[in-house]
Amino acid sequence: MIMESKNRMIDVRDVYFTYPHNNENESVVALDGVSLHIEKGEFVGIIGHNGSGKSTLSKLLNAIIFPTQGDVIVSGLNTKDHENLWTIRQTAGMVFQNPDNQLVATIVEEDVAFGPENLGVPPQEIRERVDRALAVVEMQAYAHQKPHQLSGGQKQRIAIAGILAMEPECIIFDEPTAMLDPSGRREVMETIKRLNRDKDMTVIHITHFMEEIVAADRIIVLDKGKVVMEGEPRTIFRQVKRLKEIGLDVPQMTELAYELRIEGLKIADDVLSIEEMVNALCQ
Amino acid sequence: MSVEIKNLSHTYSEGSPFEFKALKDINITIEDGSFIGIIGHTGSGKSTLIQHLNGLLTPTSGTVLVDGKNIFESKKAELIQLRHHIGLVFQYPEHQLFEETVQKDVAFGPKNQGLSDDEIDQRVRQSIKMVGLDFDEIKDKSPFELSGGQMRRVAIAGVLAMEPSVLILDEPTAGLDPRGREEILAQIKSLHSQKQITVILVSHSMEDIGKMVDKILVMNEGEVIFFDTPNHVFTEITTLESIGLAVPEVTYLMRRLKEKYPEIREDIFTVEAAKKEILKVIRGS
Repeated sequence: MIMESKNRMIDVRDVYFTYPHNNENESVVALDGVSLHIEKGEFVGIIGHNGSGKSTLSKLLNAIIFPTQGDVIVSGLNTKDHENLWTIRQTAGMVFQNPDNQLVATIVEEDVAFGPENLGVPPQEIRERVDRALAVVEMQAYAHQKPHQLSGGQKQRIAIAGILAMEPECIIFDEPTAMLDPSGRREVMETIKRLNRDKDMTVIHITHFMEEIVAADRIIVLDKGKVVMEGEPRTIFRQVKRLKEIGLDVPQMTELAYELRIEGLKIADDVLSIEEMVNALCQ
Repeated sequence: MSVEIKNLSHTYSEGSPFEFKALKDINITIEDGSFIGIIGHTGSGKSTLIQHLNGLLTPTSGTVLVDGKNIFESKKAELIQLRHHIGLVFQYPEHQLFEETVQKDVAFGPKNQGLSDDEIDQRVRQSIKMVGLDFDEIKDKSPFELSGGQMRRVAIAGVLAMEPSVLILDEPTAGLDPRGREEILAQIKSLHSQKQITVILVSHSMEDIGKMVDKILVMNEGEVIFFDTPNHVFTEITTLESIGLAVPEVTYLMRRLKEKYPEIREDIFTVEAAKKEILKVIRGS
């Protein structure tokens, strides 16, 4: 019996997941023995190329699908026990790529209220939760607007508010900025970082944009259904060659530092930001 | 083919309470064989503009000339002919795949052009190869059992099979992983240089735009803010930021480095160029 740590948000224990079969009757192994854990209050980035198993993993955490083998424990509850389903889905909220597919109501505040309404929260408390959630994503001014009139970044913040109103302990973001323009991306990333920093929300951020996770506590790299690297952003991104081999990228500044080192310039190999690069070059 | 946009305006739901001026008097000329990037935040008018280029939308006023021919005064049959020459790859084009096999899906366009079976077959093979897929391996597969990146390529191949002289791509790399992004961009680039076609690329990635295009069209609230080379556009950091855009990270870096190295160039927007410039300045001093 493994001792449950009190601070453990998510525990994935030796999980395999196989999609039944495609048209040619071949089954597809999406996760091939994955073990990982996420502590309460952590900001964890997950990267991997398309088909590496990232989205399968995120759906397992939210009990949308279930392991073929192994266990997924969310806040001490096993996703395999059916009576835990609703508690787990409420504990681990999820925000997807396309904001248009996530908004259901015709007025912003009604959309945010949709989750708590379904949870049977009393009306007075729904009101309070909606106001609080809109304040956190800084969208109070838009409470009475129509979602389709908002920008992509604003819609995505409303989707986040809708999750917050269900009062989860953890939010899984599955490429939430993939469809946004630069300012929308900035808005959403600032909101996510603020949730983690000020509200102690556990954040799991799946992305193809390496710059978005340079400030994460930890990065997990998936390849072919396995965890192939895990560690602080600095330790992960300095392995430029290895990341490129598995089809991934590094932040532009890390890549520049790597290229300059090859040319013989004495510069650290773990430069992540413009600030650090300026310091490195202007000593 | 050259594309000339003249006094083009487009107003959605004109005269209703929802009236929205999406394009306001646009005047630009896109030269034959050039590679143009379009940037602008969501709602700036990019998609409205490109949908005029092959006559999917009709202007409220103004017009578009393709090789000197006014497309909105053409007869319907001519307009259909013209559409064959202007290939438009929408955002998330894989949502438009519909056939049972990859081969049939890619053949749909050329079939509608009334080409012979041999010609269709040849074009399908060629365009599947052009997007970096193996024809024999993929031809009989259902498009729906492919990965996201492969589906995207098949959809692009479907447009290429019509052999357009102007290729317009709306965010062709959105949602793809870094390798997928790089491969698609490299294929677009080689297509442009091999076939000498005009390419118009809409993108939110300043890094991609910076390394691909000859000229950038910057849009904001239905107007053209800049239409110039990347060197000129990306040095206008303040204006770009004021309209919700940004410049590549390396460009910000060069600006910061200028405080220590006043001679360093600021019109840098790729890692490769930044490397050369930094080495030059540091080794030179």
